[in-house]
Amino acid sequence: MTRALGLVRTIALATTLIGGTAGAQTIKIGVNEPLTGAFAASGTYVVNGAKIAADEINAKGGILGKKIELVIEDNKSNPTEAAAVAEKLITSDKVPVLMGAWGSSLTLAVMPKLMEYETPMVVETSSSGKITTTGNPFIFRISPPSAVEAAAFKGIVDKLALKKVDFLVINNDWGRGTAEDFSKMMKEKGISIGLVETMDQGAQDMSAQLSKIKSSDSETVIVTTAVDQLTLIFKQAAALGLKKRIITTGGSQNPDQIIAQAGAAANGTMHLTTFLPWFPDKTPNPEATNYFITEWKKRGFDFAGCTESFRGYDGIRTAAAAIEKAGKVEPAAIKAALWQINIKGLNGDIVFRKSGPEGKESGQSQPNVYLIEINDGKVGMKTL
Amino acid sequence: MSEFFQHLINMLVLGGTYALLGIGLTLIFGIMNVVNFTHGVLYTFGAYIMFIVVQQLGLNFFLALPVAVLAGWLLGAAIELTLLRPLRGSDIDTTMLVMIGAWIAMQSGTLWIWGGVAKSVTTPFPEAPLVLGPVSVSWLRLFVLAAAALLILVTYLLINKTSLGRAMRATFQDHDTASLMGVNVDMIYTSTFAIGSSLAAAAGALLGPVYVIFPQMGDLAAVKAFAIVILGGLGNITGAVIGGFILALAEELGAGYVSSGYRDAMGFLIIIAVLIFRPTGLFARAERVG
Repeated sequence: MTRALGLVRTIALATTLIGGTAGAQTIKIGVNEPLTGAFAASGTYVVNGAKIAADEINAKGGILGKKIELVIEDNKSNPTEAAAVAEKLITSDKVPVLMGAWGSSLTLAVMPKLMEYETPMVVETSSSGKITTTGNPFIFRISPPSAVEAAAFKGIVDKLALKKVDFLVINNDWGRGTAEDFSKMMKEKGISIGLVETMDQGAQDMSAQLSKIKSSDSETVIVTTAVDQLTLIFKQAAALGLKKRIITTGGSQNPDQIIAQAGAAANGTMHLTTFLPWFPDKTPNPEATNYFITEWKKRGFDFAGCTESFRGYDGIRTAAAAIEKAGKVEPAAIKAALWQINIKGLNGDIVFRKSGPEGKESGQSQPNVYLIEINDGKVGMKTL
Repeated sequence: MSEFFQHLINMLVLGGTYALLGIGLTLIFGIMNVVNFTHGVLYTFGAYIMFIVVQQLGLNFFLALPVAVLAGWLLGAAIELTLLRPLRGSDIDTTMLVMIGAWIAMQSGTLWIWGGVAKSVTTPFPEAPLVLGPVSVSWLRLFVLAAAALLILVTYLLINKTSLGRAMRATFQDHDTASLMGVNVDMIYTSTFAIGSSLAAAAGALLGPVYVIFPQMGDLAAVKAFAIVILGGLGNITGAVIGGFILALAEELGAGYVSSGYRDAMGFLIIIAVLIFRPTGLFARAERVG
């Protein structure tokens, strides 16, 4: 009996080993996203988008004759965990390239690890300016920094006749960075800045901040945070009878989710987004957009998630294109190849330009930014 | 001035549920001498029961509330019978470690069943708020305040006017003597833990629809509950009620007039201040020593 058990163990071990070797026949891409905690909804959408890209690439035969395999880890919306996850993916899973880490504070926490292990990362969502300006040559960002958002918004501030603006932002690198960049742009336009209120990323009750904003003399509030907190803000603002114009930034609003959960409170609000799933024909790459949206719906995912998940899709395609260009699965070769790729992203061409201090520049592509408005529960486009 | 009144209204609504959270925890600590780390998870559990009954089964919102309270009661009784009863008589540290283990296991359980993405519950209340001059408040929050006040009243009557309550108070004072006087101490312990748990579940069920529901929602709630209990004095029910409102006031005014970034730090500041100046809590009575 003992011997029989021993045999079973040997077979089990052998199977694991063979399975392990078979695993090496794939090309791994590390995915470092928040799947629990404050940004769980957004991170999950990005991962689902990433899976669509991986499946699409593998269905066409993979890259360099191998299938790609996503190694997905949860960073728990926590910067400490995000750094630990990056280390685990690089040292234990031996991924040659990563995608992550959704939030700016999460990405900033990962960045020293990229330097330490000399492994490149495609940044799909984070918008803090610091990410591409501090001299980390392993960063390749496909999302717009908040200064780009602010610059795109510049054109419309006259049309909106903004006079005085309050901010309500998430209390991290993303929120504070946005408040800084938008304030700067608005001051140049002669718009005065009123309150700058912050909220903790896990906070659920923003009534105090909103009560303060309600009594201020500004006519517009710029809100920056992810979808779950945004929904709460819309509901709580409505409950307090806050009648100011609300504009959100950051591209993680999932407007359809706001319409579904905040109802009438969402009407008249404006949102800066980086993708237009409602009008695929107006996107820079209609064919790919239509494919992505069809595939997204076919998998039974909520349409609202499209505005977030497309980043995961584009991020994985970016990493895969670089691996193919590099011709080998090595971090240094992939890093060099990232500078040479030119792929059609769902929100414009992904071509990296140099950003940050000379000699150690990060890569930054130039995605589009759009302003949409919700009216009668429907999303409409505003021209910037 | 209108801003100040708005903060006061917000404080009242928030304070009611904080009080509910605090009572459950203080009751269990006072009578059983157990630091209940599962309190936050029971809060989360109550919120998910609302989600199941209202969103998944499509049943009435008002029916879901008693269901959540009952489910919290049952889960609390189950925790007491399986984890705490075998540990009776062991030191407070052992019990604490077991409760921390139960907290982690239960939180992972909610994550495993419902996933990390937040859920929300639709309510039958109108979206338009009730406007009273310069202040306005949502109907849902008014209902939450009323329901919390009712539950606090019921708990108060249960403890002060019923024979079960008398037996609980007797056990709180001296469980050996209570036992000699014919009080079934085992039964009192189970009931106390079940009642405390059902109050946590009730707070979760009431606040879940106000906010969003996710597996870690109970962590912050538990921290606040501990702050309230320390503020009001361990085992002091009236103290917990007042403590709940004081914490809500500190958070509202702190966020409104000091800095909104530190809103959730107010609870910790209060704990520190109370521990320095009145370590037995603001409302602790003079106790006989020895």
